Amino acid sequence: MEAIAFYIFGVLIVGLFLVTILSRDILYSMSALAAGMVMISGLFFILGADFLGAVQLVVYSGAIMALYAFGMMFFDATREVKEKHGSGLLVFILSGASALIMVIIFAAPAIGNKIEPLVQATKGVDNPHAIGEVLFTKYLIPFEVAAVMLLVAMIAGIILASKKMDESLSEVYVGADPETEKKEQV
Amino acid sequence: MTITLTHYLVLSAILFTIGLAGVIRRKNLLMLFFATEIMLNAANIAFVSISSFINDLSGQMFALFIIAIAASEVAVGLGLLILIYKKYGTLDLDKLSTMRG
Repeated sequence: MEAIAFYIFGVLIVGLFLVTILSRDILYSMSALAAGMVMISGLFFILGADFLGAVQLVVYSGAIMALYAFGMMFFDATREVKEKHGSGLLVFILSGASALIMVIIFAAPAIGNKIEPLVQATKGVDNPHAIGEVLFTKYLIPFEVAAVMLLVAMIAGIILASKKMDESLSEVYVGADPETEKKEQV
Repeated sequence: MTITLTHYLVLSAILFTIGLAGVIRRKNLLMLFFATEIMLNAANIAFVSISSFINDLSGQMFALFIIAIAASEVAVGLGLLILIYKKYGTLDLDKLSTMRG
C-alpha cells in the first residue's frame, strides 16, 4: 500500500516539477510548483512526519505560493521572456554529475548503517507532540534565531518592495527601456 | 514490495537534478526562484525520509528550519526582484548582465 502511494506521489511530483521548469508560461509553472508542493506534503504524511506535512501545506503551498502570486502582479506576466539556450550538453553533464554526487553522499552512510540516531523520538506519543518536545528543548536557540531571521526578512521585504510605491510600474517600465517603447508604438 | 530509504533518496536526487537543470537552463529570474524552491524541497524530502527511517527527529527539525529559511528567502528575494524590475523593466538575465569580461 505504501509502495503504491509512494510511486503515485513520486511520479506526480517529478512530472509537475518538470512542467515547472520546462513551461514557457510562468503562470503554468507557478501552478505546477504549488501542486508539486502539495504532493510533497503527501509524501511527508506517508513517512509519518505529520507535523512537517501540515507545515509544508501551510507554509509552502499556502504562504510562499501566495507571495509569488502577489509578486507576479508587479511583473508583466503575460509578456514572455525570450530565452536563448546554450549547449544542452553542459546542462546534462553538470546535472548528472551533481545528481550522482547527491546519491553517493546520501546513500553511502545509509548503506553502511553508520547513522546513529541523535535525538530519539519519544515512544508512545504522536509526531507533533514529539516534535514539540524536541523543538522547545534541544533546538530552542535555533528556533529563536529562526524567528528573528523571519522578522528581519519581513522588515527587509516591506522596505524593499514599498520603495517608490506611489509610482506606477508601467510608467517606470516605459521610461526605462526606450527600445521596447518604440517597438510597441510600431 | 517495500519502499526503502534508497527509494526516497533517489527521488530526492531526481528532484534536485530537476531544480539544478532549471537554474542552469532558464533565463527568467522568477523561474530561477522556482527552481531554487524545487532544490530546497528535494533536500527536505531527503532529511525527512532519513529522519523517519532511522527514527531520529533532528532531520525533521532541519527540514523545519529549511522551510523557515525558504520563507524568508522568498520575502527578501521578491523585494529585490521588484526593485530590479522597477529599475531595468525586465527580468531577463541576458539583458541584466552588464559585466562582460
